[in-house]
Amino acid sequence: MSRGSAETLDEITRFLTEALRREVGPDDDYFALGLVDSLFALELVTHVEDRFELTVEVEDLDLDSFRTARRLTAFVHAKKADAETAPVHAGDS
Amino acid sequence: MTAPAARPTVKCLVWDLDDTLWDGVVLEGDVPPPFPPAATTLKTLDSRGILHAAVSRGDHDTSTAHLDATGLGEWFCAARIGWGDKSVAVRHIAETLNIGLDTVAFIDNDPAERAEVAAALPMVRCYPADLAGQLPELPEFRPAHVTAEAAGRRLLYRTEWRRRQAEEESGGDRRAFLASLGLVMEIAPATEGDLARASELTVRTHQLNSTGLVYGEEDLRRLIAAPDHQVRLARLSDRFGDYGVVGLSVTELTPTESVLRLMLMSCRVASRGAGELMLSHIVRQARAEGRRPVTHFVPTAVNRTMLVTLRFAGYAPVARDTGDGAPMVLEVPADHPVREPGSHVRLLVRPAPGGRSDR
Repeated sequence: MSRGSAETLDEITRFLTEALRREVGPDDDYFALGLVDSLFALELVTHVEDRFELTVEVEDLDLDSFRTARRLTAFVHAKKADAETAPVHAGDS
Repeated sequence: MTAPAARPTVKCLVWDLDDTLWDGVVLEGDVPPPFPPAATTLKTLDSRGILHAAVSRGDHDTSTAHLDATGLGEWFCAARIGWGDKSVAVRHIAETLNIGLDTVAFIDNDPAERAEVAAALPMVRCYPADLAGQLPELPEFRPAHVTAEAAGRRLLYRTEWRRRQAEEESGGDRRAFLASLGLVMEIAPATEGDLARASELTVRTHQLNSTGLVYGEEDLRRLIAAPDHQVRLARLSDRFGDYGVVGLSVTELTPTESVLRLMLMSCRVASRGAGELMLSHIVRQARAEGRRPVTHFVPTAVNRTMLVTLRFAGYAPVARDTGDGAPMVLEVPADHPVREPGSHVRLLVRPAPGGRSDR
């Protein structure tokens, strides 16, 4: 994992731990744990957009990209890498 | 000058107590009797689903004790008694009840208090105390839809108040709090007795709403009777009481697809996982009937929550030949696993109408 990824993972994990008011590890599936409702799901998506300056498109809203801090970190970096090279294509991720 | 017709009807009337609801000042040792027109207005507006709250000067315990002694306490679902700015108290009441300030009205005999509220919160409609008896005549106090649910709204909010206290006492452990609620969701086909409430939901629900379609009672009656449509309602209850009818879905059936034309869930119960639960039932039901679960989605300024909920429930965008302005079409892929309902809620599915007593 690159240094940037480690920082992102750390930051996302801290956000989740604070927002869900319990310790959340990098591989904890907080959806499966029943910690996420519709309201927090949107809060999480909006937070990722604001913090990492990206736009989560309809195609990006795959639960598999959001269910753990580590997956979310990978999503953020893939999204950033896409944005730097070429326009994001729907369904690529 | 009266309020323009375009403004929303009032959802909550906030009362000053001394010299407005009752004839005198409770702090000075009086036992002031309520003004009869004010007491009548309380009951009339309550029957229309309009809530009452109190924002008044004085000692909280003394004032609320007198409110109960007059027999009027049961009509109120929130109270802020103290010495701070009344505009702050009014704003707090609106946040607690989760309603917009443009649906809040304020009545007070003191012009200075009305001016303070009006200056800080220009969207709040303010009335002098001598209008108390006439408020029910005003158009802004005449909601278009009055249902059994609306008339019971006060009880729902009083119950919600107690739930919120329990949540604060749980210390933020969401799973433990949800598990402690003993939630039960009942999903059943809509019946004739549900039409007014079902129509009201399509008008009042905006955030967890997939397409924003508004159905009148006549539309719903026709869809309920149509063999190629299903109209389902979700009711929710917990150990504190009944939330009432909170969710609605309208599904169009084709030989191969079960197309969700409208799905909505009251924002009051979004934090209970109610939207996810109803969607997973709809997906399971479609598959059980041998149809592919499809949904329409029309984005608005406020319904992205619904899009996220649909996507996380497994609905994925599909390319179709649709013209401009056509709804987005999403479908749950055949290999997508459907989440089972969480352990925090019991799901009851009623397959056929009948047998349930309507309130």
